Amino acid sequence: MVDVLIVDDSAAIRKILQRVLRQADIPIGKVIEAGDGVEALAALKNAALAQEAKVGLILSDINMPNMDGLELLSQLKASPEWKDLPVVMVSTEGSQTKVLEAVGLGASGYVRKPFTADQIKEKLTAIL
Amino acid sequence: MSENQEPVISTEEMVAAVKQATEAVFSTMLGLELGIKEAFVEQATTVVPAAGVVSLIGLAGAMVGTGSLSCSCEFACRMSGALLMAEHTQMDEEVLDSIAEITNMVIGNVKTMLEDKLGASLGLSTPTVIFGRNFQTRSARSQEWIVIPFACGEDNLYVQLCLGPNKDQAAKAGRPGFALPQVVSF
Repeated sequence: MVDVLIVDDSAAIRKILQRVLRQADIPIGKVIEAGDGVEALAALKNAALAQEAKVGLILSDINMPNMDGLELLSQLKASPEWKDLPVVMVSTEGSQTKVLEAVGLGASGYVRKPFTADQIKEKLTAIL
Repeated sequence: MSENQEPVISTEEMVAAVKQATEAVFSTMLGLELGIKEAFVEQATTVVPAAGVVSLIGLAGAMVGTGSLSCSCEFACRMSGALLMAEHTQMDEEVLDSIAEITNMVIGNVKTMLEDKLGASLGLSTPTVIFGRNFQTRSARSQEWIVIPFACGEDNLYVQLCLGPNKDQAAKAGRPGFALPQVVSF
């Protein structure tokens, strides 16, 4: 079972991604939510400290207030503790520049919004 | 695009981008089929609709302006219900958040299509959603709004773009500019 951190400033997208994960036949454990990169880093630290979840996958939006998804990705990859965590970007940003930037920073996958459940499933099956 | 070249995207290209993005979001995420009506151009003041929901997103970079979605509160609840697979009968946090995200996906995808044509990056603000009665939105600079109406059964959705070249040389050189300010009056 993999615990998942979903990072998106839209509660609607966080809810949809949870539903998709549950329906996708992927062995998902606990799901933690964060509204931006700052909250995501705090949630990761808190979950590790409290030993309440061992996050094994992050799904993150790019355009978010406080700390965007690319900065979050960059900080995760610079951290000895989190650098091996697979991070899949789920964003409306579809330009080749953004995709390449995310991949260059170490993203494990990139899904464009709008997405289908099959696209998410296909991407995660390849990673997990 | 060279530094001195003014970015030009025709009304037809913007309408095509909005049509494609809106239909993709509605069919993929909401499972709703849209019919497109004839697009038209309005001057800076827009009164579509006089009551209901308006969701605004700023665009900045080589071109600056605003994208918006507007509809009745009833259709906003229906869209949110379709997105979240839940029933909504009144405007609440979930409906407002859903409308913001639908706007983000539609205008975000329009942005990507325009970036491909421009060969330059555009920035996107976070959405602002307003609902109420008897309000108007106005761009602080005199520009035209391209209005693309859609029908979904008895309901109407208006996707609007107010977008023009950025005169700011810094933005042309690749640094982000500012989106046009919007004034909402009740």
